[in-house]
Amino acid sequence: MAEMTALARVTRVEGLGMVTIRADLDRAGDAIAGASGLPLPGRVGIVAEGDRALGWMSPDELLLMLPHAELADALTDLREALRGEASLVADVSDMRCVFDLTGEDADQVLAKLSPTDLEMFPPGALRRTRLAQVPAAFWRIPGGFRLIAFRSVEVYLRELLETAAAPGTWLDPR
Amino acid sequence: MLLLTCPHCGIAAEETEFNPGGEAHLKRHGPGASDEDFEGYLFLRHNVKGPVLERWRHSYGCGKWFLAARDSVTLQVYGTYPASLAHPSDEVGDSVRAAHPNWRTQI
Amino acid sequence: MSRPSAPPPGPFRLASGGRLIDRAYSTGFRFNRRHLRGFKGDTLASALLGSGVALVGRSFKYHRPRGILASGVEEPNALLGLGQGGRFEPNQRATTTALMPGMVTESQNAWPSLDSDVGAINAPLWRFFPAGFYYKTFIHPRAAWLNVFEPVIRRAAGLGRAPKQADPDRYEQAYGFAETVVVGGGIAGLSAARDAAREGGRVLVLEQTPHWGGRTPVDHAGGEARVGALLDELRGMENVTLRRNTQATGLYDHGYLLARESLADHDPKADLPRQRLWRIRAGRVIVATGAHERPIAFAGNDVPGVMLASAVRDYIVNWAVAPGRRIAVVTSNDDAYRTALAALDAGLEVAAVIDARPVADGRLPQAVRARGVEVLTGTGIAGVRGGKLISGVDLCAQDGAGKVTGRLDCDCVAMSGGWSPVVHLWSHCGGRLLWDEPGGFFRPEPSRPPTGPDGAPNVAVVGAADGDLAVAALTGAEVEAPSAQVWLMPAQATRKARFKMWLDYQNDVKVSDVVVAAQEGFVSVEHAKRYTTLGMATDQGKTSNVNGLAVLSEALAQPVAATGTTTFRPPYTPLTFGAIAAEAKGAIFQPLRRTPMHAWHEARGAAWEPVGLWRRPYTYPQGGETHTDAINREILAVRGGVGMLDASTLGKILVTGPDAGRFLDMVYTGMMSSLPVGKCRYGLMCNDNGFLIDDGVVVRLAEDQWLCHTTTGGAERIHGHMEDWLQCEWFDWKVYTANLTEQYAQIAVVGPKARDLLEALGGMDVSAEALPFMTFADGELGGHPVRLYRISFSGELSFELATPAGRGLALWEALMAAGKPFGVTPYGTEAMHVLRAEKGFIMIGDETDGTVIPQDLNLHWAISKKKADFIGKRAQERSFMASPDRWRLVGLESLDGRMLPDGVYAVAEGVNANGQRNVQGRVTSTYASPTLGRPIAMGLVAHGPERMGEILEFPVKGADSVRARIVDPVFYDKEGTRANG
Ligand SMILES: [Zn+2]
Repeated sequence: MAEMTALARVTRVEGLGMVTIRADLDRAGDAIAGASGLPLPGRVGIVAEGDRALGWMSPDELLLMLPHAELADALTDLREALRGEASLVADVSDMRCVFDLTGEDADQVLAKLSPTDLEMFPPGALRRTRLAQVPAAFWRIPGGFRLIAFRSVEVYLRELLETAAAPGTWLDPR
Repeated sequence: MLLLTCPHCGIAAEETEFNPGGEAHLKRHGPGASDEDFEGYLFLRHNVKGPVLERWRHSYGCGKWFLAARDSVTLQVYGTYPASLAHPSDEVGDSVRAAHPNWRTQI
Repeated sequence: MSRPSAPPPGPFRLASGGRLIDRAYSTGFRFNRRHLRGFKGDTLASALLGSGVALVGRSFKYHRPRGILASGVEEPNALLGLGQGGRFEPNQRATTTALMPGMVTESQNAWPSLDSDVGAINAPLWRFFPAGFYYKTFIHPRAAWLNVFEPVIRRAAGLGRAPKQADPDRYEQAYGFAETVVVGGGIAGLSAARDAAREGGRVLVLEQTPHWGGRTPVDHAGGEARVGALLDELRGMENVTLRRNTQATGLYDHGYLLARESLADHDPKADLPRQRLWRIRAGRVIVATGAHERPIAFAGNDVPGVMLASAVRDYIVNWAVAPGRRIAVVTSNDDAYRTALAALDAGLEVAAVIDARPVADGRLPQAVRARGVEVLTGTGIAGVRGGKLISGVDLCAQDGAGKVTGRLDCDCVAMSGGWSPVVHLWSHCGGRLLWDEPGGFFRPEPSRPPTGPDGAPNVAVVGAADGDLAVAALTGAEVEAPSAQVWLMPAQATRKARFKMWLDYQNDVKVSDVVVAAQEGFVSVEHAKRYTTLGMATDQGKTSNVNGLAVLSEALAQPVAATGTTTFRPPYTPLTFGAIAAEAKGAIFQPLRRTPMHAWHEARGAAWEPVGLWRRPYTYPQGGETHTDAINREILAVRGGVGMLDASTLGKILVTGPDAGRFLDMVYTGMMSSLPVGKCRYGLMCNDNGFLIDDGVVVRLAEDQWLCHTTTGGAERIHGHMEDWLQCEWFDWKVYTANLTEQYAQIAVVGPKARDLLEALGGMDVSAEALPFMTFADGELGGHPVRLYRISFSGELSFELATPAGRGLALWEALMAAGKPFGVTPYGTEAMHVLRAEKGFIMIGDETDGTVIPQDLNLHWAISKKKADFIGKRAQERSFMASPDRWRLVGLESLDGRMLPDGVYAVAEGVNANGQRNVQGRVTSTYASPTLGRPIAMGLVAHGPERMGEILEFPVKGADSVRARIVDPVFYDKEGTRANG
């Protein structure tokens, strides 16, 4: 029997700053785009440019991800841009854990954990869903997926992903 | 297991990604309301056999509440619409009436 | 696998043939300690039959000897225990279990051995085990049921034994999506899959066995080639997935289909999950599940060697196994003649074909006659000779009462009472059935299909499952005459003979039982089923259902259509608990939420308390300390010096916006809009039914920003509660919330030396003047960014420090280091509970249970009288909420120094309508207070606060009642000066 390898690699991503932005996106969208330096994502979408990404979390909520070093300025810029506008801007950099799931069969790992039709899940889409028993969100990155979930379940999520990626457990018909 | 489309996300997701919230379009009665009105608001539900209007939260997704017109017998989902609407949208109403021509909302 | 040139495994193995076996690989296995051999490709059943094992088990009720009846999932008899140790699994069907090298198997329900089973003593008594036997016999005396009858019956009547060790295998689940799912890889299913694939969309084909083609290769000339051509075409289509060894077990609402894929069943060496449970969402499901052959009800139809006719030819053609050397075929239809032909082709003897029909002139009967086999029309079987093996059958006229007209020597009976379409999946989620009178079976009612989310039909049925038994259009078979409806053999069988005619082999239900049920008034099919247990075994009546209904109908003198059928429920075949649990076991049985300081607590040997999914340190025992000692030490350290609590799990919800104050005034019973910036205020939340649901400290961060602390268990729930009101009721208010619970680590520094500790760390003015009670400040302590709250849940001088979660551990360790000179002591949740109880502070979930309002807890001060409305206000105006008779919070002081048990009730005079003692209160919290050196308790008592000093009696199981005095619930520092430091 050939040596079996894991379906995908699970890598913890460190050093990301994250900002939750809540506002009326129709009214404040341009201001947010200007302050975050990214175009506004469409419904259930995510836009990524350089090392920044802006994800659509709900009709009135966005999540900005950027290098932690740029966090303080971004918070200031966003608060300034949204001055006078009913809104919420909060640093949530420590609230979540971030994993990259990469490898040819990364789709299959997620297919074991999330009730998401991944064949109908293109790059640029962001899905908030559950992975087994915990809420999570993911989107495609080159070579796989980036996943976010609450930090308290980081250990659970890593073991969950590694279990689902166990060598030899391809979903391909046998 | 139901399949529901969140009107906020436009995503059809399975029931495990939602939380149910009971009958929709309840009118809240607060201080000053009669005992009868308050009882009706808090406890009395239509619980009909057929089309029902009910609350769901896309709890594993966008976190938003929405309302669904769903048949409690056939489980057909006639449509979903945001919780801020006071009535089912015309489109949803038409969809219900296509199956139940005499249907009227109980709002 | 070995590659020996040994003789063919088993004396009943044919010298040639066997389309599914590979004779190059012979393999050993064990059955009841006997060493046997089979070939690669065998099922356990074919290997046993090939080895000449006819007797494989004992029946459920009478311990009758039983052999293999079928060749597929419908097998009711050949249920074996497989494997050893943790991998032992009872009730596995030999007919669907692939033979694996070294497999260890055992029969069930037989003691001391399969051949001489003492339980068989039941068998001669079978007249005394009629339908409803358990209900009738063991009713009186009542106590005897529990102590005598039930344990004995359970021991005698069980099937396999449950495994005792943990299952070492892995399981997993996967979500699948397809526009079309075809269940069944026979010719009808493959053909439907091709048609669907041509239309477009993803097509998933599920086949329960390792082989494609279903019955076609065995039953129809050129069948294998037809199947092969279809497969070639399907394999070339991009949008088609073919999945073998995958059993669709249930179809649920909106096209949700569960299917179990076997990956490494009983092959632990594969190092793969044993099974995978597919959770498939299908746009539509095409059911191509074929049909099951039915037995015929004749006396002795359960003797080993009596088999379904289709199974007999399957064993011959697929596995080159002769179920007998001289086979008698008994039938109500033409199809069974195929078995005679297959047997003849394999060089076996066919004693005769016994055909219940007066005439049998179809193409197949003619072909059999042409081979020199006698066809006995209008004939039935009066009885089977032999007990554990067949030696022959007695013949009779089918339309008579069973007078023996002749005898036929044989060692195997191949029977066919017609076929029943497998309609389970169609029925699982609401598809209706109709009785097909010419065909003699239930088939899907086309006008009453299951429907999907859009109200349109989402299930279709094709091929034999739809009643098209020969699937002539695809197999090239000639259309055969429908089966005659032969429900009893002979038609006028005597009462005595009916006692030996089995309908449900697995549950030991006979024709006589169903007749008795009908006579006793069980006219509804659902009632008769439960009374007789027909079809209620693990095979769910796959071979017995229609025969049973037909017998019931005859007994009720009504057509089968009027009797109707029972409901088919999932799973179609049993699912393992392993597949249902999948990855959720061991360390990831459930998500375990860890605080940023979790590892530190763990390294200090913390005992854990689960709070929701969180693990919080319960206490930190040192050396050989008991938990009680550790908790007492922690409490005294806090009261006398300084302690630290990981409070990170407290909910933290940010509420912002121009209408945030107005909103919080609705959410809390108190006034939050008037809270000055920089200040903290304790708040209570109720639901609109008036009951207390959560509490916590609210902080005003800025003009339009509040931070609401919730209980540990309340964070998600309260955030959801807020969003519910914001989205559904006050959706035009300009308010945004964010659940920031996990963004911050939170540390409570508590005790008279708390300020000294923070000052030692340095960086902020933490004096009483700069930071008065119930205020907060942002700053840095020892270089760590913190938000510092001056709040107290212990009555002591107390600070809570919030810092970004990623820095939580560093801050905790800095505080521990700086606190060393002050004897800083980490404390857990139990110390926290005792500390708060000593002060009479309530705890959500202890003092509240969903029926308690704030007024019950003397918290009137936290309810605004100025507000026109808040959630719960109208409810609290109801007369019974304002009643003076409600139970209200008091302290309770045990008179004799014993601790009051948690939750005990205080009794009152008299009894209630049920004859139970009246009660007047109950204990909500109870602790041994090391601070006071005596037990303390809180409780809710009728008119409690007005009854200070009165003595209540609390009966305790197995001991004298505890008597306790009603006292003020604030046991310690009633003046409240300690919090000022
Ligand atoms: Zn949504």
